[in-house]
Amino acid sequence: MTTTLYTSDHEWLAIEGDVATVGITDYAQQQLGDVVFVELPKLGRVLKKAEAAAVVESVKAASDVYAPVSGEVLEINPALAAEPALVNSDAQGAAWFFKIKIADKSELGGLMDEAAYKAHTA
Amino acid sequence: MLPPDDHAPLRRTPLYDLHVSLGGKMVPFAGYDMPVQYPAGVLKEHLHTRASAGLFDVSHMGQIALRPKSGRVEDAARALERLVPQDILAIAPGRQRYAQFTNADGGILDDLMVANFGDHLFLVVNAACKDADEAHLRAHLSGDCVIDSLADRALIALQGPKAESALAKLCAAAPSMTFMDAGPHEVAGLPCFVSRSGYTGEDGFEISVPAGDAERLAKTLLENPDVMPIGLGARDSLRLEAGLCLYGHDIDTTTTPVEAALEWSVQKSRRTGGMRPGGFPGADAILAHFDKGANRRRVGLRAEGRAPVREGALLFADATAGEPIGKVTSGGFGPSLNAPVAMGYVPTSQSAPGTKLFAEVRGQRLPLQVAAMPFVKNTYKR
Repeated sequence: MTTTLYTSDHEWLAIEGDVATVGITDYAQQQLGDVVFVELPKLGRVLKKAEAAAVVESVKAASDVYAPVSGEVLEINPALAAEPALVNSDAQGAAWFFKIKIADKSELGGLMDEAAYKAHTA
Repeated sequence: MLPPDDHAPLRRTPLYDLHVSLGGKMVPFAGYDMPVQYPAGVLKEHLHTRASAGLFDVSHMGQIALRPKSGRVEDAARALERLVPQDILAIAPGRQRYAQFTNADGGILDDLMVANFGDHLFLVVNAACKDADEAHLRAHLSGDCVIDSLADRALIALQGPKAESALAKLCAAAPSMTFMDAGPHEVAGLPCFVSRSGYTGEDGFEISVPAGDAERLAKTLLENPDVMPIGLGARDSLRLEAGLCLYGHDIDTTTTPVEAALEWSVQKSRRTGGMRPGGFPGADAILAHFDKGANRRRVGLRAEGRAPVREGALLFADATAGEPIGKVTSGGFGPSLNAPVAMGYVPTSQSAPGTKLFAEVRGQRLPLQVAAMPFVKNTYKR
């Protein structure tokens, strides 16, 4: 059973057990425009909630992607190095950024469900 | 660009409604509400301009007529030579030349285009500098010239390999013009000023049109399926690939034309040993740079990796140690090269193409090489 939650900074988290797969939302990729480079965190890095974890660069500008929860980086998406434009074509699917082992499930409390996120971006 | 006053209401060009109707994403730029991109996006707009033709609204730029009180255009040219290091007298009627207003230190107040329209000079200056430029012209040239701000005109750039065929349908004179030809021509029956020039490295035209007719002309050009509207985002990536300077970033009041690698734009007649050496603001500093060399130089930079290196990144000679040796002044992703491109200032001793440098990006030093500019070969019709 997967639960998907959203941050006000336009990251999504698909949560299975104590692992969250993290990416940026379709709304975010539309705002960024054509993505040309993604910098991902190192494997094993222990992130603190709200810390800059990744960078996504469009032709126009660089934007930080923040860790939506604290925890250790378990896996990063190797497809993004070869094809950053995946972020534009499949932001909430194939273009996931990293997987993180959730250190403290209580941190999920402040995140939005899909309906709340839709209202947030409306 | 100089930072515009954040509190002043944004100005609109005569094409504002058209931008909005085309889905343009409007952003503040130099005090104007301008389209940074349309729904196609920066990447597609950039590539379309290089493959076909792009239409740009550059009406925010300043258009100024310099009319000689004597009626002789050479008197306006001689007067303007007091403010720029270029040979203005040598601009033939119907021709245009790139120039810079310099200050007493040899720095650059603005860069501009100067055209000879036979009985007067026509200037195009940067949006953020236009009020200061006009004041500068009035302060120094009012004895010889009437300085006529052409605020009632819009400016449309049409750039790319299909620009000529697109404009030829509306302007019979267009195909016979060559790079830097400029003059009054009818376009779609409207009294326009047309130059064969631009800011993309591509062949193309800039068309000055009465403000009230601008939307009709833009719409007529956009009816051609080869022509796509292009926003400021792609304008920036196109000019960066072409190695062209952006005022306020790559050149400013602290950079001389020699440091900025713009020696080609200062004709021999205005240099030491020329027919009319000096006689422009900052001549001592600028001619000293010509005669003895400058300590630093604007260069092109290519990254070895994929991460864009952007404006403000510090440059180092070494992967780990040392003080910064320079700074990136423009940088981003070059869609036509499918790679990062940048320009910046480095010590002249480290300015040769092939020199290896490092740029600090998010705490890491990324390897770069000094590279010849333009990064993308220009296609001007000579």
